Amino acid sequence: MSAALLIDILLWGSVAAVGFIAFQRGPAVLTASLREGTMDFITVVPRIALGVVGSGYIAAVIPQQIITGWLGPDSGWLGVLTAVIAGAATPGGPVVGFSIGAVALKAGGGTPQVVAYVIAWALFAFQRLILWEIPFMPARFVWFRAAVSLPFPFLAAAIAMVMGKP
Amino acid sequence: MSELPLKDPAPAGDAESEPRQRRARKPVGWSVITIGVLVAVSATLVYRRDGIAGVLEILTHDLWLFGGILPRVLAGCLLGAFIAEILPHEKVSRSLGPSSGLKGLLIGTAFGAILPGGPFTAYPVASALLAVGADFGATIAMVVSWTLIGYGRAVAWELPIMGTDFVLWRIVISLPLPILAGALGRFVYVRMYPAREPS
Repeated sequence: MSAALLIDILLWGSVAAVGFIAFQRGPAVLTASLREGTMDFITVVPRIALGVVGSGYIAAVIPQQIITGWLGPDSGWLGVLTAVIAGAATPGGPVVGFSIGAVALKAGGGTPQVVAYVIAWALFAFQRLILWEIPFMPARFVWFRAAVSLPFPFLAAAIAMVMGKP
Repeated sequence: MSELPLKDPAPAGDAESEPRQRRARKPVGWSVITIGVLVAVSATLVYRRDGIAGVLEILTHDLWLFGGILPRVLAGCLLGAFIAEILPHEKVSRSLGPSSGLKGLLIGTAFGAILPGGPFTAYPVASALLAVGADFGATIAMVVSWTLIGYGRAVAWELPIMGTDFVLWRIVISLPLPILAGALGRFVYVRMYPAREPS
């Protein structure tokens, strides 16, 4: 838990630092950005509530064994492709994605496949795109970024195959 | 960062008067409806499988999680708003804009890697960068770097669940990816929207 505390300190420290710079520009700049940030917060909170509170239910009904069963070390590039699709389709927060990855590793999943899964999930898990990225960013950018990211889980798996196990 | 205000004569007044157009958002769109339906169906399935106790258990756990995230969401929104307000437009366009070259992608990558917090900081800050003149390529490098080599998620979630060996190894593999993704993004963007090249 100390890691989380450290991250909170860093986070609020950064807010205070940039807030101070804004204040140096004049109180008007400070209040304008405070108002802007608070409005963003209010707009975004309902979506995040739905995402965070709802993802527990989605995660509870997805069949993890089926996903992990497809990622065996002999599954090759088909396994990598499956991993990428599974990563994109995995709902829920970080606990869900990494837990499935960990289960797959323990169940004898191939490392390149698990790497592809974790990276695909990190890059373009659909639920994160919709619930986190689109509320904050222009939709055109989000879809563009997701499309551009498509080759990279495959590239990572290829590097993993060349490098061998850790 | 502390040097920024000294070198900034003109754009400050600019930032005050200029209305920002990036804030046109609908609170409820098709994406929220999709997720809402998905959540409702899943909750029903959980109810039929585990009864009301199962539904309540997940609800309590996730509400707790949500309560913990809320202050960080606020911090992220404020961080994004401040950064959009204080970063000088010309300077950002020069170092992160369409013609910033490999240096712009490297800056984006470094920025994403050191940015504290989770999605609640990365996306508002990325959006702020776009608004003050960064191009898609550098912003993609930043977002991809945050998601793949940023320490926030790795330390808080990935290390305890996946183990140190796997995480370090995965991060080493991921090191070149933000720059490649940013470069690919730039390459595609210029060909998709040739009219928007800087004049």
